[in-house]
Amino acid sequence: MRRFFFAVGHKTLSAINQMGDMAIMLISALSWAFIPPLRIRNIFKQMEFIGVKSIFIVILTGLFTGGVLALQSYYAFRKFGGESLLGATVALSMTRELGPVLTALMVTGRAGSAIAAELGTMRVTEQIDALAVMAINPVKYLVVPRIIAGILVVPILTVIDDFVGIVGGYVIGVGLLKINPGIFMAKMIELVELSDIFNGLFKSVCFGLLLTLIGCYKGYHTRGGAEGVGRATTESVVVSSVSILVGDYILTSLLF
Amino acid sequence: MIKLVDLHKSFNKLKVLDGLNLEINRGEITVIIGRSGGGKSVLLKHIIGLIGPDAGHVFIDDIDITQLKEKELYKIRQRFGMLFQDAALFDSMTVGQNVAFPLAEHTDLSKKEIARIVAGKLADVGLSGIEDKYPSELSGGMKKRVGLARAIAMDPEIILFDEPTTGLDPIMTAAIDELILGIQRRLNLTCVVISHDIQSTFKIANKIAMLYKGKIIETGDPESFRNSENPIVQGFLQGIPEDKIINS
Repeated sequence: MRRFFFAVGHKTLSAINQMGDMAIMLISALSWAFIPPLRIRNIFKQMEFIGVKSIFIVILTGLFTGGVLALQSYYAFRKFGGESLLGATVALSMTRELGPVLTALMVTGRAGSAIAAELGTMRVTEQIDALAVMAINPVKYLVVPRIIAGILVVPILTVIDDFVGIVGGYVIGVGLLKINPGIFMAKMIELVELSDIFNGLFKSVCFGLLLTLIGCYKGYHTRGGAEGVGRATTESVVVSSVSILVGDYILTSLLF
Repeated sequence: MIKLVDLHKSFNKLKVLDGLNLEINRGEITVIIGRSGGGKSVLLKHIIGLIGPDAGHVFIDDIDITQLKEKELYKIRQRFGMLFQDAALFDSMTVGQNVAFPLAEHTDLSKKEIARIVAGKLADVGLSGIEDKYPSELSGGMKKRVGLARAIAMDPEIILFDEPTTGLDPIMTAAIDELILGIQRRLNLTCVVISHDIQSTFKIANKIAMLYKGKIIETGDPESFRNSENPIVQGFLQGIPEDKIINS
């Protein structure tokens, strides 16, 4: 019994410790972000890696999510004759919830893990120490461009995901389920507010920050060779995904 | 030039440095020897401020770097170069970009000027014309030489070497030793080398210091070191395990 409490206490303390360390890394990154040189090239390079190269999987995710959403909603709406609400339902679900969350989860799997693996490898091969020895702050050089890129790029990907999701819903709803296209669009335009879209995008800014910060943190503090890099990568994906889902609940309850 | 005073450092209750004192003279090669895992790398990282001590002081020309703010420490670091054990080259950059990196970051030199310096530094380590290769295409010995070219790119006063000959064949070991000696003489550098390679140590050292259980237990020139009466030192030089020395 004592061992159980000891283990729980130990885990809790270590989690709190890590959150504190992450907050310190974030503050340090923020304080370096505005000190020249701004390394715009590095930021663009990361935007390309996190953003441009994720476009394909985001489109794929959006298309099928929108499609399946239309199928499932149609099944439920048909029971009480509410099929006309299909367009609005798909659009609201995508912009408020599924767009930001699924995009962030996909980017975590693709780019967050790669960030952790890259920084982890740099840590265990002493490349991060080499930066510090050459009088270059590793947080400024490695962490800042990735976080800025994440904050800028994840909302853009979310917009793409939202749009493609609605297109997917339209294709299934109008094409397959034979809903009147005019009603589909009219109800959507009538019921979706601009604030739905903006609040969704605000969430995705937070997720972009979370997933890059966690990827950087896990990579930066890697220990123990190749095995350590593998562990850091896995942990970054798990912690990011859970944080995104928990963060989503908190933000939704505050925003909407 | 470098003075370590009463350094203490522990990791999770394991004492790595335990009241260590050492002086390193300007324009000399000082080799610190000791067992693997005995804290030599930790000691080296203290000299350049990568690790801070639990207690004690590190003086570089009478400046205590343990008391400096981050930005002041970065200024001091520009006087240093360091060759890491596995060279620590940036694997996303070419050899040329690696050597050019500190110059591009800290100077206003033109690209042409930087390319000229890079070519010169690569020639210094005997590797002309490999600017466009990537580190993954190089052998261990070549990586170390590129690492050395990067370390001397900014014309530092002090170079730290973390086990420069570990993992190399005897011929490459001799070549690296010659390179260290040649560069040290030509540029009149202060070099701190950590090593457990006895042969190399006696070849390049002006001064040898032995680290044992977190303290420097013996310092001296190679001759006096070889004639040391300390049984631990003699045991290390001859490759006899400590328990046998203590029992005999």
